[in-house]
Amino acid sequence: MKHYEVEILDAKTKDKLCFLDKVEPNATIGEIKSMFHKSHPQWYPARQSIRLDPKGKSLKDEDVLQHLPVGTTATFYFRDLGAQISWVTVFLTEYTGPLVIYLMFYFRVPFIYAPKYDFTTSKHWVVHLACMCHSFHYCKRLLETLFVHRFSHGTMPLRNIFKNCTYYWGFAAWMAYYINHPLYTPPIYGEQQIRLALIIFLFCQIGNFSIHIALRNLRPPGSKTRKIPYPTKNPFTWIFLLVSCPNYTYELGSWLGFTLMTQCLPVAFFTLVGFIQMTVWAKGKHRSYLKEFRDYPPLRSPILPFIL
Amino acid sequence: MSAAAPGTSKGAHSDAAAKKKKGPGALATAYLVIYNVVMTAGWLVIAVGLVRAYLARGSYHGLYYSIEKPLKFFQTGAILEILHCAVGIVPSSVVLTGFQVMSRVFLTWAVTHSVREVQSEDSVLLFVTAWTVTEIIRYSFYTFSLLNHLPYLIKWARYTFFIVLYPMGVTGELLTIYAALPYVQKTGLYSVTLPNKYNFSFDYYSFLILVMISYIPLFPQLYFHMIRQRKKVLGHIEDYSKVE
Repeated sequence: MKHYEVEILDAKTKDKLCFLDKVEPNATIGEIKSMFHKSHPQWYPARQSIRLDPKGKSLKDEDVLQHLPVGTTATFYFRDLGAQISWVTVFLTEYTGPLVIYLMFYFRVPFIYAPKYDFTTSKHWVVHLACMCHSFHYCKRLLETLFVHRFSHGTMPLRNIFKNCTYYWGFAAWMAYYINHPLYTPPIYGEQQIRLALIIFLFCQIGNFSIHIALRNLRPPGSKTRKIPYPTKNPFTWIFLLVSCPNYTYELGSWLGFTLMTQCLPVAFFTLVGFIQMTVWAKGKHRSYLKEFRDYPPLRSPILPFIL
Repeated sequence: MSAAAPGTSKGAHSDAAAKKKKGPGALATAYLVIYNVVMTAGWLVIAVGLVRAYLARGSYHGLYYSIEKPLKFFQTGAILEILHCAVGIVPSSVVLTGFQVMSRVFLTWAVTHSVREVQSEDSVLLFVTAWTVTEIIRYSFYTFSLLNHLPYLIKWARYTFFIVLYPMGVTGELLTIYAALPYVQKTGLYSVTLPNKYNFSFDYYSFLILVMISYIPLFPQLYFHMIRQRKKVLGHIEDYSKVE
């Protein structure tokens, strides 16, 4: 069995960073990253980007050395992706914040509202309902992160946690401040409006959960394969006929429900910003589906049936 | 904020990199030349208006009123530049351009126009003067660049005048916002209080204070970006003379 020699150069400076000899032909990029990590302990595998071309795409951890277009002396280029943090950690942190923060406003913890309101509760029952819905939503997200989602990437850049937490925690505080305010005004159309809003909210929560389960089942444990999602026996998944990313569709629906329930402009803003971001993601995902699968169903739109 | 602007780095590179980059099409170029010429002319009108008013009155006071309308028209017109980036005929970031233009528009309409009492402040003259000189140079820079005949003087001015004009403009802007604060607080301008059916509140006074604070991180970044650009663009000329 012929062994390979692997040299790793810095993608920007072209300095020789590492030379590995007697590398097995069936070694994976992941294994090479571990070897590189030994000689450069500050660059753990998750922050290494190894490519064939300094400006090219990163190679995948699963790629096998002998199947790559390299000679027996392989030259790879390295880019530092910067400090990394696991997706699970980011999700747990960014979702726990809103849960806790909203409750602080709900229980009117001191220094938020005027002192005479400290630790009082709102007299409007919709405020209690909203707290339950908001808390349920984030508990659901936390549980899904722990037990449902199968992540393609293990890590993301560290600075994302600051960006993401500012977004989620900031908006949670802004919304919670008004909904739990002593001068809160309940919805104009009263019980009818709140009931309709709750139905929409619950319907979309179940829908969103159904999609997450369906996506999880597409992918066997530990794998990173991608398949086209199709409707299952669960009616909530039939929306796959019309939409590529129904998880986002249902998420939008949930927040529209919550906006209707609370009749609160900051909630509407949060819904709008979230919708814009999810549309960007949905369009990207839709485009990758189209690129990867030639038989991708043509009727599907990225996020809104027929519209967007 | 007063200075320079969108497309700074691209404008600088466009001379050298014109062959590598595909520029806007012929129609787009013609439109952009017209746009930049019109804007240069507009800001010249404002400059002339300021000078004539000063000579007529004999004082720096209250010159804002003599150029109020063209200032509003041409500064607001700059919103088109955001569109140019969005459509792709100008190779700048939509976000950066948007931010720059909207901050100017904010000062023109939401502060100076809206709070009548600040219109006679000298700080207004300070930023209007800074904006006027900057824009005349900037728009002529773009015009000449598009026509591939950029006089070195204009390039030099674009990358040198900002050193004084930018802090001057920022000072004028901050002083004007500061002068507006008591009136905004007293009248509750643009503010919304609870309770209301949208469950929303907005305190314009606090918002203006936040805007002033935001200058602290933003101004140095933009200023030093321009200084770096200056070294890159004007630095080459010094290198050539060293080689000889």
